[in-house]
Amino acid sequence: MKAFTYERATSVEGAVTAAQAPGARFIAGGTNLLDLMKLEIETPTHLIDVGRLPMAEIVETPDGGLRIGASASNTAVASNATVRARYPVLSEAIVAGGSPQLRNKASVGGNLLQRTRCAYFYDTSKPCNKRAPGSGCGALEGLNRNAAIFGASHACIATHTSDMAVALAALGASVEVVGAGGTHSIPLLELHRLPGETPHIETHLAGGELITAVVLPPPPKGGQTYRKVRDRASYAGGLASVAVAGGQVALGMVAHKPWRAAEAEGALASGASPAEAIGKELAGASSLGRNDFKIPLVARLAAAAITEAKEQGQ
Amino acid sequence: MRTTITVNGEVRSLDLDPRTTLLDALRETLKLTGAKKGCDHGQCGACTVLVNGVRINSCLSLAVMHDGDEVTSIEGVGTVEKLHPVQVAFLNQDAFQCGYCTPGQICSTLGLLAEIEAGAPSQETAPGAKPTLTDAEIRERMSGNICRCSAYPQIVAAIKQAAEALA
Ligand SMILES: Cc1cc2nc3c(=O)[nH]c(=O)nc-3n(C[C@H](O)[C@H](O)[C@H](O)COP(=O)(O)OP(=O)(O)OC[C@H]3O[C@@H](n4cnc5c(N)ncnc54)[C@H](O)[C@@H]3O)c2cc1C
Ligand code: SF4
Ligand code: FES
Ligand code: FES
Repeated sequence: MKAFTYERATSVEGAVTAAQAPGARFIAGGTNLLDLMKLEIETPTHLIDVGRLPMAEIVETPDGGLRIGASASNTAVASNATVRARYPVLSEAIVAGGSPQLRNKASVGGNLLQRTRCAYFYDTSKPCNKRAPGSGCGALEGLNRNAAIFGASHACIATHTSDMAVALAALGASVEVVGAGGTHSIPLLELHRLPGETPHIETHLAGGELITAVVLPPPPKGGQTYRKVRDRASYAGGLASVAVAGGQVALGMVAHKPWRAAEAEGALASGASPAEAIGKELAGASSLGRNDFKIPLVARLAAAAITEAKEQGQ
Repeated sequence: MRTTITVNGEVRSLDLDPRTTLLDALRETLKLTGAKKGCDHGQCGACTVLVNGVRINSCLSLAVMHDGDEVTSIEGVGTVEKLHPVQVAFLNQDAFQCGYCTPGQICSTLGLLAEIEAGAPSQETAPGAKPTLTDAEIRERMSGNICRCSAYPQIVAAIKQAAEALA
């Protein structure tokens, strides 16, 4: 690990001010950042610990939604009574990820900003445009069984691997952000970027901006469910996942960001069957050979999840 | 960097390079070698300790992030003279072979029992239901602790015995 200095932030304003310095980075749970720092894939020179800031509260909003503080642990969110009662898809998605030890440590903010688990991104002896811009993409012609089927570019075919974010995408969440210029809100679907020519730039956050909360609108009418397919029954990154909340559908591990299935939603709203609806979405998918299987996998997984949520909602 | 952590009930004041993980502070600085380094990347659970009563992977946390915290490693769970009921259960059920993963398994068990008590759901918990200590729940909740010797069935039996003993 490269050397760095460390401070524990005591206020949001103080954290944001400190983060304007070059080389500064926030650390919350540390479960992704430290993993990458050990491999010197991440090399911050100053860490600002935001884990103890008073932003772990989960409170109902006046409009019937829910505001989840960014430093709430993944376990706290999944266990929260309101989340379990009104946003079960979020609780289910969180407990489908990592292990209990990781979820106890991981924060909401850190979970959203976790980086890809593409094997070439992790292997510093291999080219990777995300880790070393301009070096090429090792996955393109390599082991790309878990590559994206939506929105990939020739520069990067990696997927976003958060389970939680898929549920938040289906629920229409937004993200509250504090930066040098003040506070603003970004729809979750606009937090992450597609890779394009610059896969190393992963979000629309400006440098030094702190996520302070995730805000959920009131839950949509209808059932909710989360389904994830992976190589082991537990403690494994996903090959594909789907979150359904009423008529809202999001797909996970299929793109560089959580993927809201707008085509499928439109088809469902005009009376298509779940299988027809997801077929419309997948008309826009493309694969590279090794990840061809993801297309029929998502077709079946999403059709089953949409059907399940429909039955629950009745 | 000056860091004060209460380790197994004793206040320890340490002067650490900020890079030191909690696991390395325990093992290298405090010479408490019970918590093990398996992968150093959050993948195996051998380094599991309790921080303020909650189980975490001590390899993926910096010691300086725990200034003011209370840490329990296996050395604080029981003594050779007076074993903790979870340790007794692991012995009775033969829940290990080489023993490398065992300190992490035992700390993880303590965390698991507290999480069940607090009603934290897992992917085995029915929506909205309060979790109970079924075999499926135990297996799922212990999935963050890998055992290379594959003592898994005995570990499940030990956790059930420990839960009964502690009830
Ligand atoms: C073995 C293993 C298996 C895993 N499996 C899964 C899985 O199956 N599913 C899944 O979804 N995840 C999985 N994860 C990833 C895990 O969910 C993330 O590591 C975790 O959620 C990150 O949260 P953190 O608080 O520890 O983030 P940190 O590591 O502290 O931070 C991550 C990033 O977010 C930034 N950051 C943190 N907080 C803020 C904030 N408030 N504002 C702005 N920036 C911020 C940091 O600067 C850093 O860049 C796994 C991780 C491991 C190690
Ligand atoms: S897919 Fe993206 S992350 Fe993976 S090697 Fe290519 S550029 Fe790097
Ligand atoms: S050593 Fe920490 S999880 Fe493996
Ligand atoms: S007893 Fe040998 S690794 Fe578990």
